[in-house]
Amino acid sequence: MIKTVVSEDLPVHERLLIYKNVVGAKGKDGKRICIVTGIHGDELEGQYVCYELLRRLNEQTNELHGQVEVYPAINPLGVDSVTRGIPTFDLDMNRIFPGSPNGHMVENVAHQVVEDLKGADLVIDIHSSNIYLYEVPQARISNIYADKLYPMAEKLNLDFIWIHEAATVLEATIAHSLNSANTPTIVVEMGIGMKITREYGDRLVDGILNLLTDMGVWTGNKPTEVTQPIDSRTGDVSFINASRSGVIISALPHGTRVKKGDTICQLVNTLDGTVQEEVKSPVDGLLFTVRSYPIVYEGSLIARIFRDKE
Amino acid sequence: MKQTNIFTMKSPFRDDFAIPGYYFGNGEKTVAIVGSMRGDEIQQLFVASQVVKNLTRLEEAGMISKDHGILVIPSANHYSINIHKRFWAMDNTDINRMFPGYDQGETTQRVAAAIFEAVRGYEYGIQLASYYLSGNFVPHVRVMDTGYQDTDDAKAFGLPYVYVYEPKPFDTCVLNYNWQVFETKAFSVYSGSTDTIEKEMAKMTWLSILRFLDSKGIIKHPCHGGYQPYIFNKSSLHTIVSKQAGLFYVQCKVGQQVRQGDILAKILDPYTGETKTLIESPVNGTIFFAHVRPLIHQHSQMFQILEF
Repeated sequence: MIKTVVSEDLPVHERLLIYKNVVGAKGKDGKRICIVTGIHGDELEGQYVCYELLRRLNEQTNELHGQVEVYPAINPLGVDSVTRGIPTFDLDMNRIFPGSPNGHMVENVAHQVVEDLKGADLVIDIHSSNIYLYEVPQARISNIYADKLYPMAEKLNLDFIWIHEAATVLEATIAHSLNSANTPTIVVEMGIGMKITREYGDRLVDGILNLLTDMGVWTGNKPTEVTQPIDSRTGDVSFINASRSGVIISALPHGTRVKKGDTICQLVNTLDGTVQEEVKSPVDGLLFTVRSYPIVYEGSLIARIFRDKE
Repeated sequence: MKQTNIFTMKSPFRDDFAIPGYYFGNGEKTVAIVGSMRGDEIQQLFVASQVVKNLTRLEEAGMISKDHGILVIPSANHYSINIHKRFWAMDNTDINRMFPGYDQGETTQRVAAAIFEAVRGYEYGIQLASYYLSGNFVPHVRVMDTGYQDTDDAKAFGLPYVYVYEPKPFDTCVLNYNWQVFETKAFSVYSGSTDTIEKEMAKMTWLSILRFLDSKGIIKHPCHGGYQPYIFNKSSLHTIVSKQAGLFYVQCKVGQQVRQGDILAKILDPYTGETKTLIESPVNGTIFFAHVRPLIHQHSQMFQILEF
């Protein structure tokens, strides 16, 4: 059943509308799981997940023993206008939660979205990095919620679970707002902005059904096996930032197991035809983030590598 | 006056990026002033440039104390100013959400780190700030309630209002907060507008900075004492939010005193021109903030009235 979560008037003959599709029923003791995506209008990997998950649920509705709610576009103006943020509003939508009824309309929208999601047994907030970086399928969890969320995240068929410090700036995300309101919320990052990576979408849908099975919500088809993710607490993450501005030519795809000294990319000068720098891995490990967008400034993130402690 | 480069960087194809700083006096680190950090902060750039101009004249006339040093950074982000973008030209990040910065991190973290390295350790820090919503303010000084703030010093600007506000989570990453954590007495000065030059409010602002410097014995710039400011917090502000969307026809100005029931604006149907909503002041007070764009969304902030 399609429901309207938010309806706000725009100045000229239009409304900002946020919809969700509610499948199944919570019942008396049933569970409610929410799939959220499209907070950033240029991150589209979640679109495929919404479609494929609903398709599979609709094929076996009798096997669903709870309520699944799918919100494909929390930022509909951004998704429909190829805009990461919300047109007419300067701030990143995922930096204004839990929102406010007394600020800009967008803060009011954020407030309504949080109120609608509160009380769910699980929320999965799907992102796809940005237009610059390619990411392996991974969950990101603040360390203050790790004990609660890790057991669920590890069932999502992901390659990596990154338990990170609770930076204050992240307190304004939807995930933090919901987790602090006792609504368990896992952030999934995978793929890249402005694209759909079908393989990753299929993997995450398998993982969601695997988790729903574990929660007693789903008795339909599920994958026979899921990937056991790497726990970031078993090692550390190295960041590689551009040492100078220029153009990068990638040498390795994301997800590669690299050795110390392997060339990740070349930083070149396209005006004089020279290689400025061979950017090499400082460690052995998993190249879980790699830059796709070729133009870099000094400091631009080129790669992140996870290294096991031993 | 000595000009130094706070930060330099090559771009792939644009001209080199450099952040100049203008240093006056020879003594200890007394006052650091940071102007525009976002590409639409033109009023802030204008005010900072006028401060540089005035300090240059004063230094030539021997009116800057030799015991004090003043650093002015008029702009930290002309890459965005020149292409009409609010945030960083490449990745849309906000320099003023990156403090105290990280010199091995992403580009705007490096820019923030360089700025913070240049401005930390000063006794006073002044940032020419702008609001996250489009609109105009009465010029005022804003002090973050961190436990380190000095409200009495804020009075020395002689602007009509001092707003003491509680930081939100993201404020821990802004310059003002980090200044205070590192024991600089920090003030955000709002000069009215952002992406347009409003001369009267700009002049009021740069004169307030000169007044502050004079009151601290850093410069000699005889002037009137300015306002005895009204110090307030959020509880004194009455926010008016739109119930409907449409064309926004404003009938008042920031700084204007209003009485309960006075008409502040109309929201008009964009096709028929009929008045959908008359916006009345719910209280007696001063219009502290006003939305200025010609369109208004539903449930958006239109005015802040500072209640009498």
